[in-house]
Amino acid sequence: MNFSWMAWTLPTALFFITIFLLIAAMGIWEFFSPGGDPRVGILRFETTRGDRLFVSLLGSAFIHLAWLGLGGPSLWWALALSVVYAIGVFRFV
Amino acid sequence: MEKTWNNKAWFLVLPVLVLVAFSAVIPLMTVVNYSVQDTFGNNQFFWAGTDWFVEILTSPRFWDALWRNLIFSAVILAIEVPLGILIALNMPKHGPGVPVCLVLMALPLLIPWNVVGTIWQVFGRVDIGLLGYFLNSLGISYNYTQNTAHAWATVIVMDVWHWTSLVVLLCYAGLVSIPDAYYQAARIDGASRWSVFRHIQLPKMKRVLLIAVLLRFMDSFMIYTEPFVVTGGGPGNSTTFLSIDLVKMAIGQFDLGPAAAMSIIYFLIILLLSWVFYTVMTQSDAEQS
Repeated sequence: MNFSWMAWTLPTALFFITIFLLIAAMGIWEFFSPGGDPRVGILRFETTRGDRLFVSLLGSAFIHLAWLGLGGPSLWWALALSVVYAIGVFRFV
Repeated sequence: MEKTWNNKAWFLVLPVLVLVAFSAVIPLMTVVNYSVQDTFGNNQFFWAGTDWFVEILTSPRFWDALWRNLIFSAVILAIEVPLGILIALNMPKHGPGVPVCLVLMALPLLIPWNVVGTIWQVFGRVDIGLLGYFLNSLGISYNYTQNTAHAWATVIVMDVWHWTSLVVLLCYAGLVSIPDAYYQAARIDGASRWSVFRHIQLPKMKRVLLIAVLLRFMDSFMIYTEPFVVTGGGPGNSTTFLSIDLVKMAIGQFDLGPAAAMSIIYFLIILLLSWVFYTVMTQSDAEQS
């Protein structure tokens, strides 16, 4: 099967592999600890692990966009900031 | 009783996953791939990195279109939601007037978007359109092809005409589900018309209103066909919303890389707003129950 029409590149492939691995890891986590670990955090409403991953990914996307718009094309600092943000979301949200 | 966990049930959602993969995930992945490359056709691509994102995010054209879209959605919601509630409150709840009103309300929703655009494009014309001719005969020099305010007014009135019915029908569904006992209790207590609305009707309409606001916001934020048919994004760029700008960029200019980057930013904004609305709706449900 030829996927050249999808115009794959190594960075975008790595990006999607990371997303899929994160989702797979969440699935494995859910298998061993079912129920989604619901809790009420600083946002004052109930979130599950899946919600926290979604908030982490969406927030990270906007951190990267803000960095591109205000900082410049290099995204390493934005990536580091996103990891810190995701840890914060999983810890406190 | 302890909840049963059966992971075999996941196989039942497999057909949906396959369908979503082909209709949404694979096209989205392709757009992401395009957003970091440049192409001149012939299936040849050149790495561009994050250049297109920087270009879009620092472009006044993008921010202008985004602000126009946000203002348009805010105006639409500010008009359609109160108007929809007002009409729903005044619609008959019993008798032969009910089906007549429901059919009348449903009619604008049945008309295809491009037909609505064409109707209003002709309706507003100064030479042959009833609205344009009437306003000009009153001494108002109305011309939506040349005047920005007139173009905006036409697009907003057209959207109100097309979509207020949706808010009406949703609110009406919420209103008819209120048991008569609530109104009887309010009458016994001597409640005013405003009190009945504030403490009985509005809380009962809250869920459908949230759905109406979500649907109208999403739809108005992604609006394309009607303003494109009526004004083509003009005069100048005054009614060029994000979707119109995106199509101009992708198809008109064949700038697939920047258009893909803009699509992803547009998608992320919609995803964020949908999540906010969804969270508000589900929290409201949780508080009610």
